[in-house]
Amino acid sequence: MAIKDYIRERFFPHIWCPGCGHGTVMNSLLRAIESLGMSKNEIVMVSGIGCSSRISGYVDFHTLHTIHGRALAFATGVKLSRPELNLIVPMGDGDALAIGGNHFIHAARRNIDITAIVMNNRIYGMTGGQFSPLSGYGTMATTAPYSNIDHAFDTVELAIAAGATFVARSTSYHVKQLSKILRDAILHEGFSVVEVLSQCPTYFGRKNRLGSAVDMMEQYKNDTTPIGSKAKKENPDLIERGIFVQKEMPEYCVEYDKIIEKAMKGN
Amino acid sequence: MGKLKLKEHVITREWCKGCGICVHFCPKQVLELDDQDKVFAARREDCICCELCELRCPDLAIEIETEQGSE
Ligand SMILES: Cc1ncc(C[n+]2csc(CCOP(=O)(O)OP(=O)(O)O)c2C)c(N)n1
Ligand code: SF4
Ligand SMILES: [Mg+2]
Repeated sequence: MAIKDYIRERFFPHIWCPGCGHGTVMNSLLRAIESLGMSKNEIVMVSGIGCSSRISGYVDFHTLHTIHGRALAFATGVKLSRPELNLIVPMGDGDALAIGGNHFIHAARRNIDITAIVMNNRIYGMTGGQFSPLSGYGTMATTAPYSNIDHAFDTVELAIAAGATFVARSTSYHVKQLSKILRDAILHEGFSVVEVLSQCPTYFGRKNRLGSAVDMMEQYKNDTTPIGSKAKKENPDLIERGIFVQKEMPEYCVEYDKIIEKAMKGN
Repeated sequence: MGKLKLKEHVITREWCKGCGICVHFCPKQVLELDDQDKVFAARREDCICCELCELRCPDLAIEIETEQGSE
């Protein structure tokens, strides 16, 4: 199938601003799914609320556009009732790690087979540029006009600590890597977290004087490096990209089935 | 059979928002924005069909269509 067969063309052009990285994340995700030859009927996309969450309206899978921060809770319900389906949950940084932070760590801890994508633009895009738990110290936001004094989570470290069995990071600039990582994340049996640095030129970019979408993507190119590279040793400030964790652990729905079996036997 | 070569840059003008990502990151400077800020292939003969414009476009507005080369 061509990637256009996986979208709802009637809703295009989409709502995202010119140069918004979220469109590129969708592009890479569609290519990952196309390369796996998946049918639209075997995928369920569940999203919350935010610019990022609008993605579920554009893709022609089974889709649920739910409530802010709770996409993983809805996805958990879908997965437990239909474990044969592939669950993909794209979230904003606020959606995933501010209001949804608790759902995030517990989904990771259970190792339920869901692919969580954190579309990290370091800001609340949809509501006009408030800082998020990923904005970071010293950044500007409408709610931090004199600069932000909150320190950021490191999504990758948080996901690993919470027990996710597949953890990766890429950017909207590194599209070939991104597509490949998303493909591996979908194939992984367990909770996968893919953090994607995705520019919001309209709010994060403007508030922090980072220039155009193109300039912000140049920064992703220059400020990131493959995991464990020589460059990282020389410049510890570089952000690492790649797959940090990929391991096998008992998956939640499989374990739950075993409990049902046990209970049916009555012992 | 020859190598794949460019048939056409298929551009969905109504979807293009003129962000300039494809123009800036094209390794061969093939693309430009027109006076309405829509992308077009200004130097199509320089295209190496790397598809980076297509892969990075946030709006799914550009596709590289290829065909089998003659030699
Ligand atoms: C329960 C609830 N609280 C707050 C909001 C308002 N709200 C909508 S989107 C959003 C944050 C969006 O930021 P993010 O999740 O980072 O997504 P982005 O728009 O940046 O892609 C907030 C606070 C809401 N819709 N529901
Ligand atoms: S406000 Fe930011 S995140 Fe939302 S569509 Fe515009 S650029 Fe994208
Ligand atoms: Mg955000």
